[in-house]
Amino acid sequence: MPATITPNKTDAERHRRIDDHDNGSGKRPPTDKRTGGGGDNDNWNDRSRGRRGPNERLHRYRMGVFFALASDLMFFVAIVSTFFVNQATGHINPYNQYVNDWVPTTIPPILWLNTAVLLLSSVTMEIARRQMFRENDVMDEWLGLGKPITRRTRPWLSATLALGLVFLTGQWIAWRQLALQHVYFRTNQSSHFFYLITGVHAVHLFLGITALIAAFIGLYVSHSLETRQILVDSTAWYWHAMGILWIFLFALLAFFQ
Amino acid sequence: MTPHQPNLTPQQHPRHADASSRQRRSLLGHIFTTDHRIIGLQYLTLALISVAIGTTLSLLMRIHLVWPGWPLPLHGLILPEEYLALVTIHGTIMLFFVLTTAPQAGFGNLILPSQIGARQMAFPLLNAASFWLTAIALFTLLSSTFVPGGAAISGWTAYPPLSAVPSAGPGQALGMDLWLLSIALFAIASTANSINTLTTIIRSRCDGMTWERLPLTVWGWFTAALLSIIAFSVLLAAILLLLCDRHASTSFFLPTGDLINGVLHTGSSGSPLLWLHLFWFFGHPEVYIAILPGMGLTSMLLANFSHRRVFAYRTMVTTTLLIGFLGILVWGHHMFVSGLNPFATTAFSISSIAIAIPASAKVLSWLATIWRAKPQYATAMLFSLGFVSLFITGGLSGPILAQPILDQYLYNTFFVVAHFHLIMAMAGVFGLYAATYYWFPLITAALGLPPRLMSERLGRWHFWLTFLAAYAVFLPMHLAGLAGEPRQYAQLTGIPGANGALSPTGALLAHAIPSNLHTTYSAFFLAAAQFIFLFNLVYSLRRGAPASENPWQATTLEWHPFLNKFANPLTPISASDDQITVYRAPCEYHSTSIGDTFLPQWINSTPVNPKPE
Repeated sequence: MPATITPNKTDAERHRRIDDHDNGSGKRPPTDKRTGGGGDNDNWNDRSRGRRGPNERLHRYRMGVFFALASDLMFFVAIVSTFFVNQATGHINPYNQYVNDWVPTTIPPILWLNTAVLLLSSVTMEIARRQMFRENDVMDEWLGLGKPITRRTRPWLSATLALGLVFLTGQWIAWRQLALQHVYFRTNQSSHFFYLITGVHAVHLFLGITALIAAFIGLYVSHSLETRQILVDSTAWYWHAMGILWIFLFALLAFFQ
Repeated sequence: MTPHQPNLTPQQHPRHADASSRQRRSLLGHIFTTDHRIIGLQYLTLALISVAIGTTLSLLMRIHLVWPGWPLPLHGLILPEEYLALVTIHGTIMLFFVLTTAPQAGFGNLILPSQIGARQMAFPLLNAASFWLTAIALFTLLSSTFVPGGAAISGWTAYPPLSAVPSAGPGQALGMDLWLLSIALFAIASTANSINTLTTIIRSRCDGMTWERLPLTVWGWFTAALLSIIAFSVLLAAILLLLCDRHASTSFFLPTGDLINGVLHTGSSGSPLLWLHLFWFFGHPEVYIAILPGMGLTSMLLANFSHRRVFAYRTMVTTTLLIGFLGILVWGHHMFVSGLNPFATTAFSISSIAIAIPASAKVLSWLATIWRAKPQYATAMLFSLGFVSLFITGGLSGPILAQPILDQYLYNTFFVVAHFHLIMAMAGVFGLYAATYYWFPLITAALGLPPRLMSERLGRWHFWLTFLAAYAVFLPMHLAGLAGEPRQYAQLTGIPGANGALSPTGALLAHAIPSNLHTTYSAFFLAAAQFIFLFNLVYSLRRGAPASENPWQATTLEWHPFLNKFANPLTPISASDDQITVYRAPCEYHSTSIGDTFLPQWINSTPVNPKPE
């Protein structure tokens, strides 16, 4: 056996990458970027320089929510176009007369109140969202000095949740009031649309409330600050979109019957 | 469920890790995985099952058209309503679960992340959820065949009022509900998949992969995903409204006084045309969702095998986006015979004919790319050339149908069937075949097998037989349509006075029989030729010729040694510590005195700034 020691392959290929915070100790420093992209083993090193920041995952989720909302917008565009088409559609009766049997539905006044509540909830939601990104608190959490972000966000998130539930209850009261006037889903075309549009929007808000609860639980459960930020941030953008959408739908139901 | 990955020090290079450190994932880990390659293969498997079912159904239709007395084994005679159910399920399966699923979700998952230098999709869990939702949708659709009354019979377009009234036909009760449910689930899954695709393309490109360096396949996937986002939710809304009409006594699509099968609709008046508008607002972008990835792939493959750049790359990007944009504005050309304002008819006619401009630009670029290039005629290249041929042939009948006057005669004839089968179905399938032959080594590697190539010899047989049979089936169909043979008719015979002047219809249909016999025989020939492919697929998985790291001298990133799984099929790509950077546009080939050279996107030959300013 020759008295030479063949260095093993890993030694031969050892190379320090100072640019990647490799100090040569063999272990990766805590700033290891390889587990970037949110712990899913995505490799930040591949990204262009503008895409390596700590908020990369947050921005990715934001974009996902944005596309989902764009798609959702088309869903409502389709339903609203149907509203206008059906409003203008008539038929020819047995006496050869053109009849348009659209009977406008008068909206219950409580909808004004509900709209105000929903707008207010968007404000509280936005405050909650901004609490998630206060730099001092983010730094405190990063240093392990308690959970100031959770503490500050909690009341505003709860307020949004409560206002959201108030809105849904208000919508339910509106449906009850219409039902007392014997206006049901199947009464006439206009009422189809009133119940359909408010109903579909309520389903969306219900999903929003589920997201709020998930964000609330996430505030306590998740150890990753970024995950918590994503949960609150995504919920907030969804919530705002539903608020803005409601203003348009409300205007449609109130003024374009 | 990302497979467990031990912490690797930079020295323990995973591509050199010895076999003992590999961990075979459990079976469940393979099935419910978030690995985009496996999800892509799952989508492709689903599409393969669907295409087998869809083809079988089409053969049954062909048989019934020419031999209506033939009893289907274990079933008996095919009744007219069963023929309509065959039409419905064939169309639905092929369009949704094959032509939308395989190029966009299947190869989109298998290849797209690597082509932009990403190791994962943007939302892996959402990705897996989309696939399983698609699988549930397919299961729902297939299950509708076995409920009382059978499957829906109103075609893949499900026009009301017949689709809105459960008593309209045997399959229009529970079968129709399941059909609507299946498509609703599919719409949600497709939207989720498109959100994922778009976010991945926008946010996960690697260093240096600028928009102008994207392979054209990625542009195809990008545009198709944009169209999905816009179109599928409109379909979802339409389905919701139709379900309300069916079950909640509304009348969005039902006109007052509508009498169907003894049931009089007395409610308020809706409009069946409204469904047509909503459906085709989805339906036309849908056919571009099916074909745009194939167009992008054709551009890349023609350039790859010709060892050329893509001719007019920027124009190709523009035309891809333009086809997508125009695709949203042309839905009315499906409604020329359904009733449309004459002004709207003109507008839709103009916008439809306008699509010929970007489409011709694409064809010109394809021809210019291969012009005097002495290409390498691999099977993948043959199928890409076949795509171009079918795209031209099928496309030429497009401007004919886009003219309202001609369309009124042709719309309900086999001419339309021939048109969309050539340009969408056949061209789409040729794109899929090209993709399979081209990316087969990546498919085997994704399965954890050593990279292999498909047999070229069998591939050439498969191509030529398929190519001839495709034309043999669909070219005579144009003539049958011009002669007036109606589509969606259950049978051509049995009309009284078939030979006399007593019944012109009977005489017309009787004259169509010889051409239909030819079509049926050719269809069987076409289907039989696909067994060569199936055999090749199964055989090559285990016994195909071993593939080198970059068997086609490709320049795009899916062949990057860190992104393909050739060296270590069982190690997850994400574990690699190597940096991926792109230095140039795709398809850089040079002819020098010593021979041809090619420069993949990831090779840094000249010390240049990775990002051009």
